[in-house]
Amino acid sequence: MSTVATDDHHDDHQESPYSIKRWLFTTNHKDIGTLYLWFSFIMFLIGGVMALVIRTELFEPGLQFVDPQFFNSMTTMHAIMMIFGVVMPAFTGLANWLIPMMVGATDMALPRMNNWSFWILPFAFAMMLSTLFMDGGGPAGGWTLYPPLVLQTGDALPFVILSMHFMGLSSIMGAINVIATILNMRAPGMTLMKMPLFVWTWLITAYLLIAVMPVLAGGITMLLTDKFFGTSFFNAAGGGDPVMFQHIFWFFGHPEVYILILPSFGVVSSIIPTFARKPLFGYASMVYATGSIAFLSFIVWAHHMFTVGMPLAGELFFMFATMLIAVPTGVKVFNWIATMWRGSMTFETPMLFALGFIIMFSIGGFSGLMLALAPVDFQYHDTYFVVAHFHYVLVPGSIFAIIAAVYYWLPKWCGNMYNEGLGKIHFWLSTIFVNLTFFPMHFVGLAGMPRRIPDYALQFSDYNMLATIGAFGFGFAQLLFLYLVIKAIRGGEKATSQVWENAEGLEWTLSSPPPYHSFTTPPVIK
Amino acid sequence: MSGNNWLKWLSAVSVMFAAMGAANAGQPINMPVGVTDISADVFDLHMIAFWLCVWIAVAVFGVMFYSIFAHRKSKGHTPATFHESTTVEAIWTTMPFLILIALAIPATTTLVAMEDTSDYDLTVKITGYQWLWHYEYIDEGVDFYSVLKTPRDQINGLAPKGDNYLLEVDKELVLPVDKKVRFLITANDVNHAWWVPDLAVKKDAIPGFINEAWAKVHTTGTYRGQCAELCGRDHGFMPIVVRVVEQAEFDQFLADNTTLLNDGAEYAAVAE
Ligand code: HEM
Ligand SMILES: [Cu+2]
Ligand SMILES: [Cu+2]
Repeated sequence: MSTVATDDHHDDHQESPYSIKRWLFTTNHKDIGTLYLWFSFIMFLIGGVMALVIRTELFEPGLQFVDPQFFNSMTTMHAIMMIFGVVMPAFTGLANWLIPMMVGATDMALPRMNNWSFWILPFAFAMMLSTLFMDGGGPAGGWTLYPPLVLQTGDALPFVILSMHFMGLSSIMGAINVIATILNMRAPGMTLMKMPLFVWTWLITAYLLIAVMPVLAGGITMLLTDKFFGTSFFNAAGGGDPVMFQHIFWFFGHPEVYILILPSFGVVSSIIPTFARKPLFGYASMVYATGSIAFLSFIVWAHHMFTVGMPLAGELFFMFATMLIAVPTGVKVFNWIATMWRGSMTFETPMLFALGFIIMFSIGGFSGLMLALAPVDFQYHDTYFVVAHFHYVLVPGSIFAIIAAVYYWLPKWCGNMYNEGLGKIHFWLSTIFVNLTFFPMHFVGLAGMPRRIPDYALQFSDYNMLATIGAFGFGFAQLLFLYLVIKAIRGGEKATSQVWENAEGLEWTLSSPPPYHSFTTPPVIK
Repeated sequence: MSGNNWLKWLSAVSVMFAAMGAANAGQPINMPVGVTDISADVFDLHMIAFWLCVWIAVAVFGVMFYSIFAHRKSKGHTPATFHESTTVEAIWTTMPFLILIALAIPATTTLVAMEDTSDYDLTVKITGYQWLWHYEYIDEGVDFYSVLKTPRDQINGLAPKGDNYLLEVDKELVLPVDKKVRFLITANDVNHAWWVPDLAVKKDAIPGFINEAWAKVHTTGTYRGQCAELCGRDHGFMPIVVRVVEQAEFDQFLADNTTLLNDGAEYAAVAE
């Protein structure tokens, strides 16, 4: 099989990495994957700086650095950057790099659309960021964009909505491409139930994206017409219903949070078996669990709205459905642990990040279960407890999985090993600081600190100070990651094709770095 | 990584958690038990869910850490090859399911009790504005606005901050003890949420909607809360203070304040 590694009559398409034209017009899945991943990292820095502005203001009680309106636009922008600019593009980048190699294809199914879906993003985010300089400032109504508040946005509103349409368009095209690739480009013999879990989780994520991005698009378009064309979809005075927006938003929003985590499950399911030197436990149940989570994610949205005043029956339904999600989520965690059980483990950096993921994602899952209990959610809702919950599932969850994926596949992508010692330091610094940042948020949330406030009462001061220190530590630790990645790209110990002792899957049969067009002759599947 | 290194890092992590503990110089870290029967039920449910999560975590991560320490290559452990077991899968799908049912029962009971707004003694209509609250004792003909009292200088760091920094208002909502008070909650501009943790009441205030909630406070005292739904620039600066008093004092309060009706004039512009 390793003979496919050299395929010369296609390779001459690869231009110099320094030519702008190559990156602008590329239709190659690896180039586009690289673009997505770097774009995601740049957004991570911008979104990270916004987070640090927030944490700086919250270092101690009182208003010290920013105006409350600007503070609100920082929380809003930070969330939009991190969700739409960091996690989603990073996953699409991983999908681009990995899915063709994992299913034994040459490239993605729709390469030109692939180019377009990436190149929309820099324009969309440039537009989004430019709203910060407009009259009335950037959007400041929260990433949830609830009317009537969001309609008080100044000149920024139509630009915010247009750029979110672009982001949605880009995600939908990316998703269509993933589905087309997986369903049509698999090598002969690669049946659905032989696909690596990363491919499975992405397939399901792609369907979620296609199902819910148009719903968001509809909702924000209604905002636009309410503001500029005299409609009253969400205006009570005109016979509309402001709560309807929340239903529309969360019908998108809850599946969206699973869009932000399912590919991580795939990443972790690839990494754990390699370093445990043992096949993944319960492959089929992993696939079914992912499917059930995706299904359930469509019928739990109103758990974000327990306090809007739903009828009792509605609250009970959404409470029970939400609690149910814990079952397939638990199955995933148990399967990972059973994979490690009686394995022969080593703890290279990707494995450390994957283990960190399992523990800290579970902490977020536990607080999720607590939040699902409607009567108690009345106390938790819109406090820092919720902020702690979603940061545990998103930072040491999604972000750790993305970092783990980069360490795991980087030697394959660039042909060089990264520095293992520094990688481990990066892991431990990230882990310590991420907990220092987000764990105390549980405390202040329970003690009564609302979210989205620029100033707070004195009894919340100690833990806010700790959180701010943690946030700066976490931010700086990521510069080490940048250094490590650049250093590995520039050179270093050469990686073998298999890279890791026990790595299994088609991508490890290709050379490191792989040929420009992955599999020009279909590989043989065992 | 050698066992030694692991210990070093793990101790660093423990030091970090110890630091979090030490930082707790008497500052609250948990939900208040509150001053109503409902708030106590909610607190109990919170603690049940919390300890349940802790014990599940101890069990699951216990197995995981045992495996991490025992089944490692550096100890010469050779990998097993099993990768399936329908029995095990069935057990760990059913078990959580049963635990969830056990948790859902008290949750349902509490929720049903919270939603029962019948047989109230008093109704207060609460309206959220950017950025103040309006209270109206519907049948008593008393109404007034309630605004943040903390001076600007304290917020801007030009004066030392008082004990109730950001949690003090010019006119408190006064309620009688041991009476079931029904709140009708709405808003006049954007969404807000009326939240007093000690009463375990948090309900969104939404223009065009009237939401219901209730509380029967069993202890006199002053209870503080905040707006809990982002409502714009000064969302962080519209606190709620509820003072619960004996019935006699409450009657006196009503008698003294019927005139407050007109006192709202200064805010009339906002109200319209
Ligand atoms: C066991 C699984 C989970 C359960 C039961 C759960 C439950 C909940 C509930 C009930 C809320 C609403 C809390 C409130 O506002 O009062 C919430 C908020 C949230 N969750 Fe989860 N969750 C789970 C997993 C996840 C995952 C995997 C993610 C993303 C990776 C996630 C991201 C979020 C976010 C972003 C919010 C806050 C949204 C906002 O208000 O801005 N959750 N979760
Ligand atoms: Cu949700
Ligand atoms: Cu507010």
